[in-house]
Amino acid sequence: MGLQALFFYLFAFVAVASAFMVIAAKNPVYSVLFLIVTFFNAAGLFLLTGAEFLAMILLVVYVGAVAVLFLFVVMMLDVDFAALRSGIIEHAPVGALVGLVLAVELIVVIGGSTLSPEIATHAAHPIPPISERTNTAALGDVLYTNYVYFFQIAGLVLLVAMIGAIVLTLRHRENIKRQDISVQVARTPETAVEVIKVKPGQGL
Amino acid sequence: MDAFISSYVWPAVIMIGQSLLLLVALLLFVAYILLADRKIWAAVQLRRGPNVVGPWGLFQSFADLLKFVFKEPVIPATANKAIFLLAPLVSVTLALATWAVIPLNENWVIANINVGILYVFAISSLEVYGIIMGGWASNSKYPFLGALRSAAQMVSYEVSIGFVIVTVLLCVGSLNLTDIVNSQRDGIGTMIGLPGSFLDWHWLALFPMFVIFFISALAETNRPPFDLPEAESELVAGFMVEYGSTPYMMFMLGEYAAICLMCALTTILFLGGWLPPIDFWLFNWVPGIVWFILKAGFVFFMFAMVKAFVPRYRYDQLMRLGWKVFLPISLAMVVIVAFVLKLTGWTA
Repeated sequence: MGLQALFFYLFAFVAVASAFMVIAAKNPVYSVLFLIVTFFNAAGLFLLTGAEFLAMILLVVYVGAVAVLFLFVVMMLDVDFAALRSGIIEHAPVGALVGLVLAVELIVVIGGSTLSPEIATHAAHPIPPISERTNTAALGDVLYTNYVYFFQIAGLVLLVAMIGAIVLTLRHRENIKRQDISVQVARTPETAVEVIKVKPGQGL
Repeated sequence: MDAFISSYVWPAVIMIGQSLLLLVALLLFVAYILLADRKIWAAVQLRRGPNVVGPWGLFQSFADLLKFVFKEPVIPATANKAIFLLAPLVSVTLALATWAVIPLNENWVIANINVGILYVFAISSLEVYGIIMGGWASNSKYPFLGALRSAAQMVSYEVSIGFVIVTVLLCVGSLNLTDIVNSQRDGIGTMIGLPGSFLDWHWLALFPMFVIFFISALAETNRPPFDLPEAESELVAGFMVEYGSTPYMMFMLGEYAAICLMCALTTILFLGGWLPPIDFWLFNWVPGIVWFILKAGFVFFMFAMVKAFVPRYRYDQLMRLGWKVFLPISLAMVVIVAFVLKLTGWTA
């Protein structure tokens, strides 16, 4: 148990410290890199609790895709971060409010499960212990069997959001050369090459 | 105290020993893969390739290693020093870290975790960071362009690789790499009454996926014809322009370790891992690791031949191939395979 506690404190400390650095770092690229460290350690914490599937999905989705996009944007955009930073005092109350709401919600969740530990057994579809079923299979059961409609609706919302983003940014320009691969592949010597007999001294 | 030693110290020592053994073997392998790559390329072009250092040039990679290590590392004045040096480290560490879950033979694996294939997928999706960080930290135009290209390229092809892996997982019913290999003991061959053979492996049953995985693996590892991040005719050397000596060597090492990994992964997912090609007493007697290396070597030979034969893609063609060809095909295959498995009851 001692080793697990050691790793817990290691991951938790690094996660909190690098989360702090995300907002403290001067250079936005550093912020994103610290965010990646935070995700990484969060994945480590998931692993410690036995949620190996969630840990890997956290890495694939957040670190492998979302953070790459962040980094991409932060590197490409030439934003004047000093100017953004100047209004930090005015925006502080809003930030504090959001933080307060999150903190209260966390306290409610953790307090609920601490005050009445049996609450987990009242869940509509309790997840079986790890010894009986791997958590990948258990998550699959919950997502695709018990809550399949909610899952489908969530997917639909994402699809609509994706199509919306494409429609908003799509800009179809006329009068530019486009490549039609199927037409190119379908070309034969008959349609592409023309043999012309040129008479000497006359040209075409 | 004895309990502490037997439950923590010994396992740690054994694991470190295994890791070191695998690392040394892997690095040796990378050295000869590099040489093989150059030799095959040379043979296709009717050249001799490296043939001076050692008999038939066998020590060429070690000479290159010494050359890189003894050169002076030059860091550009305007580069972001910390990230500039961190980038090759990230690249090589991630490329080597993935090997922890690769089973080379029955039970020959350092960490036999339940979600092995997801781990490989997760870590290999992080490899793009080495390239982006290196390109950005160099603070120069060509590396930056190379980094942006590679970020878009690797993220695009990861999607189709992900779907290919999903189809294999549907057939296997487990995320464990050892289970994936063992599930290939039965397949199309045994279904029509033949003894266990190479016809049982997934490459036949999932042939379109095998092709897509192979091509996506080329794109994912920035191999020709998809080596646009380092396209030397347009970007000098892409994200590696400003790198020299040891950091450059680490990028190369990371790249080739990732290539070896993709070969090993193709072997595990589609070519039956360490299983012998035909259930025959002589072939069964050969240790599984030999079959594994032979198969991975064959996949690498195809990688090298593609490099020698195929001209480089244009960037928009690369994106078209990834998003408009591979993604729809692999998505459709996921649905088709799921339906076939469900309707015929072949699910594992």
